[in-house]
Amino acid sequence: MNNDTVANILLTTILPGNFVLAMFLGMCPFLGVSQKLSTAVPMGIATAFVILVASVSAYFLNMLLVHFHLEFLSVITFITVIACTVQLVEMFVKKTFPVLFRQLGIYLPLITTNCAVLGVALFQTARNYSFAQSLAYSIGGGAGFTLALILMAGLRERMQLSNVPTLVQGAAISVILGGLLSLSFMGFAGIGGGE
Amino acid sequence: MSVPSNFDEFLDGIWKQNPIFVMVLGMCPTLAVTVSAVNAISMGLATTFVLGASCLLVSLLRHAIPKQVRIASYILIIATFVTVVDYAIQAISLDLYEALGAYIKLIVANCILLGRAEAHAAKNPPLPATFNAIGMGFGFTLGLFAIGCVREILGAGKLFGISLFGEHFQPWVVMVLPPGGFFVLAGWLIVFAAFEQYKSKRIQGVPS
Repeated sequence: MNNDTVANILLTTILPGNFVLAMFLGMCPFLGVSQKLSTAVPMGIATAFVILVASVSAYFLNMLLVHFHLEFLSVITFITVIACTVQLVEMFVKKTFPVLFRQLGIYLPLITTNCAVLGVALFQTARNYSFAQSLAYSIGGGAGFTLALILMAGLRERMQLSNVPTLVQGAAISVILGGLLSLSFMGFAGIGGGE
Repeated sequence: MSVPSNFDEFLDGIWKQNPIFVMVLGMCPTLAVTVSAVNAISMGLATTFVLGASCLLVSLLRHAIPKQVRIASYILIIATFVTVVDYAIQAISLDLYEALGAYIKLIVANCILLGRAEAHAAKNPPLPATFNAIGMGFGFTLGLFAIGCVREILGAGKLFGISLFGEHFQPWVVMVLPPGGFFVLAGWLIVFAAFEQYKSKRIQGVPS
């Protein structure tokens, strides 16, 4: 059993161990949906919700799998649960916020293949977290993902006003911005008592 | 347009539609495991295997899978092969397994796989689909290797674990840390963009 405290896990996953900027989970939406703040915020919240549900179900599923000695099925069961949750969120967003649904486009169903979601489920299993610890891990992870997405969207809205050389336009400048953000998040190292 | 040969399908993924540098897909493993060239190559080959095998299966089953549940079926097929690779790597080299960690299992969540299954394998016969998938896989491996080399040389002064510069080399540590991954990837993207720009200028310059 891992004995990090809940508060430590929460702080570590939001700041120094940020899912996007330190562990490179969920890069696709980070680069894809971060053009505008108005889409980045709901996308972050939707992903955070899926992460939370996936983490809770993964915890109980894993107990079940360990009980029946079926650990090799973990990837398959986790991804199925995640796909179902994403389907649920997709239907909910389509019904309640049709405009938002069109703005997010392909990236909403793609939450299924967001590494951050599967990553939470796999890492919490690998680290033997208890239920409270996994809960803190998933909430911190979702919050960290949303934070990174919002920061990135803010930066990219600013970038539209500046004169970027043609060579660096497009993906390259976003990746450089991501690098700078990641560099600044390294300054948080040590918060939460992590490595 | 003529029907592309299998070899063209293969080359497509390596250069013209390179998943990393042109389509900018599959960024998670690209940045996370490329701290050394060996990790990068093994990750690339593992992904290539999963890509080839799952595209072959998707292509063979393309008439049997109902449209409504296709994404779920593709994911399950991919997850099966990922589990195979996960256990295979664990059996072959435990060191490598520990270095790559959960990122092997995270191949499931690699956008390239689902993208290929949906955009190519579901519409084409098995042979071209497999060739295209393996080409994509090699393109991905090439990209990972390019990033991994730069990061290992700059960040540790080594290549494949062999020291290059002697003992007085001061490693550029940030290169093996997360920000280095972003910067090296950006560097390669710029190189590719510059090459494309040079090529299109040259084509325009030729009188027709």
